[in-house]
Amino acid sequence: MTISIDPQKTNNESLQPKGWLRYFSFSLDHKVIGIQYLVCGFLFYLIGGTLASAIRIELASPMSDFMPRDVYNQVLTLHGTIMIFLWIVPVVNGAFGNYLIPFYVGARDMAFPRLNAVAFWLIPPSGLMLVASYFVEGAAQAGWTAYPPLSITTPQSGQIIWILSVLLLGGSSIFGGINFIATIIKLRRPGLKLMQLPMYCWAMLGTSLLVVLSTPVLAGTLILLSFDIIANTGFFNPVLGGNVVVYQHLFWFYSHPAVYIMVLPAFGLVSEILPVHARKPLFGYTTMVFSIMGIVVLGLVVWAHHMFTSGTPPWMRLFFTIATAFIAVPTGIKFFNWVATLWGGKISINSAILFSCGFIINFVFGGITGVALAQVPFDIHVHDTYFVVAHFHYIVYGGTVFIIFSSIYHWFPKVTGKMLNEKLGILHFIITFIGFNLCFAPQHWLGLNGMPRRVAEYDPQFQFVNQISSLGALLMAISTIPFLINVIISVRNGKDAGDNPWNALTPEWLTSSPPPVENWEGEAPLVEEPYGYGKEIYEQK
Amino acid sequence: MTTLDSSKEIQKNNSEVNETHEDFRMFGLVTFLIADGMTFAGFFAAYLTYKAVNPLPDGAIYELELPIPTLNTILLLVSSATFHKAGKALLKDKNSDSQKWLFITASLGIIFLICQLFEYFHLPFGLTDNLFASTFYALTGFHGLHVTLGTLMILIIAWQSRINGGRLTSQNMFPLEAVELYWHFVDGIWVILFIILYLL
Repeated sequence: MTISIDPQKTNNESLQPKGWLRYFSFSLDHKVIGIQYLVCGFLFYLIGGTLASAIRIELASPMSDFMPRDVYNQVLTLHGTIMIFLWIVPVVNGAFGNYLIPFYVGARDMAFPRLNAVAFWLIPPSGLMLVASYFVEGAAQAGWTAYPPLSITTPQSGQIIWILSVLLLGGSSIFGGINFIATIIKLRRPGLKLMQLPMYCWAMLGTSLLVVLSTPVLAGTLILLSFDIIANTGFFNPVLGGNVVVYQHLFWFYSHPAVYIMVLPAFGLVSEILPVHARKPLFGYTTMVFSIMGIVVLGLVVWAHHMFTSGTPPWMRLFFTIATAFIAVPTGIKFFNWVATLWGGKISINSAILFSCGFIINFVFGGITGVALAQVPFDIHVHDTYFVVAHFHYIVYGGTVFIIFSSIYHWFPKVTGKMLNEKLGILHFIITFIGFNLCFAPQHWLGLNGMPRRVAEYDPQFQFVNQISSLGALLMAISTIPFLINVIISVRNGKDAGDNPWNALTPEWLTSSPPPVENWEGEAPLVEEPYGYGKEIYEQK
Repeated sequence: MTTLDSSKEIQKNNSEVNETHEDFRMFGLVTFLIADGMTFAGFFAAYLTYKAVNPLPDGAIYELELPIPTLNTILLLVSSATFHKAGKALLKDKNSDSQKWLFITASLGIIFLICQLFEYFHLPFGLTDNLFASTFYALTGFHGLHVTLGTLMILIIAWQSRINGGRLTSQNMFPLEAVELYWHFVDGIWVILFIILYLL
């Protein structure tokens, strides 16, 4: 038995709205769904960024004077939840995965187009519900980790809405993961071997495995937590005999892999972007593949390094310290491979590669502080201080968000058929890079000197450094403006891009820009070596 | 460019391959069941940790009665076999036989749920009495939810095969095969649950 995956057949083209309106309607075309993910995620990024600015304004002075304390907690919680569950995870997985994976496997759509649309359309309602919970009885205020007993004792309607929203987003994530696994493993064009796939496919395969194995555990945990809140059971309530550490174990079993769910696709995307702009083959393809799978396996067994101060027994600390430190090995392999890809290449300076190089720099910094944090004595010293905040943002903003922007600059010509303005793009990069480092580098110092995170008031001795950090946050907020202007101007009257402005070899560039509904007129091209740039250079010599 | 220039013949074959693809729905279902299994794994891990770390207060030792859950285990194992019979019958195009076996399977599922409810009403503890009671109800309740969904799906495919003669045939076995796999999965989870919760 066979299933039709021709989008023209599944979509009933005559009923679909034409023009740009089709990007805001229910569609089964993987390209439309990818763009929907990106636009929806970016809107939530603007909301989350506004909340982040509010946090930094509050922290510009030592006293709690910009907003009341419980509002500060709500803003903090919403910022974390929105940025993770509604911006980074949907965009690096859903947006780029949906747009690129069918091209990379030589298919006309994902394996399950309807499931794909369902996975996307779960996101806007649950995100809006999360934001709207502020107006009910106050949004959740227990942080994005929702640690009990705090999450049980704070006002409850907001927390319940938070749980519902995260459950729906987790469902969306699982549906997406199932779809990606089926597409990459089963839907490959005949003759395309696994080891010929572009690196992003491998990254998405690893990410989807993590999603399928760990997200359900979070769902189960949150169901138990909601029982604690609604039905007054005592799973995580010490007063009723429960155990909060069990919550932490179950929560971090998802939320540590969640870091890799955010970062692995970024690894894949940067591996696509660097070879194109450096005109060199990706260095060490096989090691890159095995390091991704190594990160997947190790990522699943290191969750307890978030819990060194939760009364973890010493043998457990030893195991989790060693396992965590080991993740530096595959990650280091990837880092050196990227540097080796750049080494001696004909690098063209443009916004895409600038953001990618910014990613490499930031990620090394975040990775090194990560290895430091895996060591128990150091972790106990800086636990729950701004050092952790700085490390986390170096990984997640400096890593993932830089790559999201890099990917937008790289694939914008393919999606719209227009080029982005390079001058505005480079301006965007410079402001973002300076603002980001100004914002988060000083926070390492704050953490080492003992400023706790998640507080609205702090010792006045930290004021000056906090103000530098807030200035950086202001710059990051400003950096969005040239980007938005750039996108709006370029969509309307940018320079025509042509089919393959970067002379790239990966399959999505071998069709017209923007691509037709069926991805290719006629047969899908078989790209045996997606990174065969070196040969081209040698032939020219 | 390393793009392969193919002959007209290969081109034709490829366009055919690309417009339809073989059925991956079973593959997707297996992936989903792995995910669902991880939810149960989380619950089991929580239960075992509570059992090891948080002992019940003195005098609050609950012995679970074994007869009903043992009966339930047998019911589910038998229902797996009857479901298998339904599939065999459909494969031989004996639609009415297949429907009969499906209805027997669904009845076994319903009897299972009734037995579980009977057990709930005769237990000496309630949901919020203590940690053990809460975990007990969470685990068996979550499994009972799966049985309920499974029973509903069996009734739906039985109805499909009755009303729309063409919907469920030996050529279109997928709905039956999918529900059968799901049902076996739910049975397997029950066996693990029975061992961990009642026997350990």
